[in-house]
Amino acid sequence: MATRRNVTATFTDIHAAVGAVRSLRLEGCQEITVFGPIMEQELEDALGKPPSPVRRYALIGGLTGCICGFALTVWSSYYYPLVAGGKPLASIPAYVVIAFELTILFAGISALIGMFIHNRMPSIKLHPAHDPSYTDDSFAVRVTCALDRQERVQDMLRSYGPREVHVE
Amino acid sequence: MATVAPPARTPLSRVSRDIIGALWEPDWRYRTMILVLLAILGWAGFAWVYQIKTGMGTAGITHPVMWGVYITNFVFWVGIAHSGTLISAILYLLRSGWRTTINRAAEAMTIFAVMTAGLFPLIHLGRVWYFYFLAPYPNQRLLWPNFRSPLIWDFFAISTYFTISLLFWYSGLIPDLATIRDRMKRLSGRMARFKERVYGALALGWHGSDSQWKNYRRAYLYMAAIATPLVLSVHSVVSWDFAMAITPGWHSTIFAPYFVAGAIFSGIAMVITLSVPFRWALGLEDYITEYHYDNMGKLLLLTSLIVGYAYTAEYFMAWFSGDQVEWESFVWRATGDYAGPFIVMVTCNVLIPLLCFARKIRRNIRAMFVISIFVNIGMWYERFVIIVSSLAHEYIPGAWGLYTPSWVELSITVGSFAWFLLWFMLFAKALPAISITEVKESITEGVWSPGDKKEGA
Repeated sequence: MATRRNVTATFTDIHAAVGAVRSLRLEGCQEITVFGPIMEQELEDALGKPPSPVRRYALIGGLTGCICGFALTVWSSYYYPLVAGGKPLASIPAYVVIAFELTILFAGISALIGMFIHNRMPSIKLHPAHDPSYTDDSFAVRVTCALDRQERVQDMLRSYGPREVHVE
Repeated sequence: MATVAPPARTPLSRVSRDIIGALWEPDWRYRTMILVLLAILGWAGFAWVYQIKTGMGTAGITHPVMWGVYITNFVFWVGIAHSGTLISAILYLLRSGWRTTINRAAEAMTIFAVMTAGLFPLIHLGRVWYFYFLAPYPNQRLLWPNFRSPLIWDFFAISTYFTISLLFWYSGLIPDLATIRDRMKRLSGRMARFKERVYGALALGWHGSDSQWKNYRRAYLYMAAIATPLVLSVHSVVSWDFAMAITPGWHSTIFAPYFVAGAIFSGIAMVITLSVPFRWALGLEDYITEYHYDNMGKLLLLTSLIVGYAYTAEYFMAWFSGDQVEWESFVWRATGDYAGPFIVMVTCNVLIPLLCFARKIRRNIRAMFVISIFVNIGMWYERFVIIVSSLAHEYIPGAWGLYTPSWVELSITVGSFAWFLLWFMLFAKALPAISITEVKESITEGVWSPGDKKEGA
């Protein structure tokens, strides 16, 4: 028999969910997942999970794009030299435009790719705990706790006025 | 609305029901409109094929005016494309709550406008089948594009803009697509299963857990943050297509900010023009209210004043520079053969939008609709005046000449409007035209809720 239980409380108000998450964290529960149709900064802060790694993808993508933009333009100027009036072959000011556009392009695409990787998207199967109402109007607070603390957690969640609480 | 049960229990659920309820099941007016647009598009397609087959001589462009209505349309449509990302990205970063109901439609408009604009350089090309020469790729001729040319900058700017706008729009759609998928799950019938599968595939397995939201919100924020300088750069680059040439009337440092302001101005006008029939046809009057038109009216007024200032500054600089050719070119622009378009431009872009100073007019949806149509016309003429009147009247009087568009050019111009509207209409019935997620956020944060016509900003 399993020694751990998943308790899920469904709220219709995001602020109630925030309150519930805060008390659960004070109680020392670690494995909390929230599902909802929207997300607010308040709830993110209440959960206190580490910052999203997507930022690194955007930075690395942007730098790669910038380097690629300059590399492509400068390299191709020397590869097929067209000397005009003895001016330098690589016209850096003109190439800034290309480098800038590629910076933006690569940063945007890699931020999105980072989001997909860390969100495990695309995926065919949805999260086992997913319910259709979670993308409509319900906020679900799902917490995994030890068997002996289940009652306490349930009571705590009930005190925030959920629509329903269930245990699996 | 029968297909979108179950009934709404909460305000959030009502938002999903209303917005998804406006989808699918087109009525006869919609079908007729689609047929009319397809007919116009077919005619324009015929005109283009005729031009490709016969040659560029079928278009009215000739020496000295080698850039005519096609390039006018290109700049016009790129301009229209600017409000979408402005409303989505810049107003997102500024946390303007009122953007929530119009941003999705504005972003869609951006994408369709870029798709329209992107056609014109191809139509303008003498041998369109060589357009891929623009792309930098290793080839047997060992040739690379000339990266010093503003036209290549433009190719990079427009393709980046299209890609980023598309991804930004799509990432905004993901939670909404999941909402549709989950709503279809609760219905029975083959059609519901089909929709569940299609929208489910597009939602890519979104389930709305907090960790998904966290990564998603970060990615969206970064997309908005990089889209903002991109918007400013794209129309600056378009303006450099002109400003880098030494043609009098083009060669000016004010062009980049002038074009950006003009682009945002025309884009906002197009959002107003499209949103008025659209809110009525989809029954979303509660979602786009006087409050939104009031705010859009203020943006329209601001950008109109900037554009008016730019017109004046151009004339002042032409006079102050003491350059005879420059000044002659500007005087001719206002008094010569193209004085008509010039007067239309000033009236529609500078004088008529001044009406937006009145609060009553900004909050009157019909009045805003009429004003926005004038602005659209005015902005098209602005591009025409800048491009044609400058080329027609360059340095040597012996090289002066006039230009009149041919039937081919006019057909393709009208066709471009049909192409743009067709995509927009298909979008309005296939995807949630108002962001479900963001309206819910507005309600939760207490910024605004459906039916609210609140006073003040």
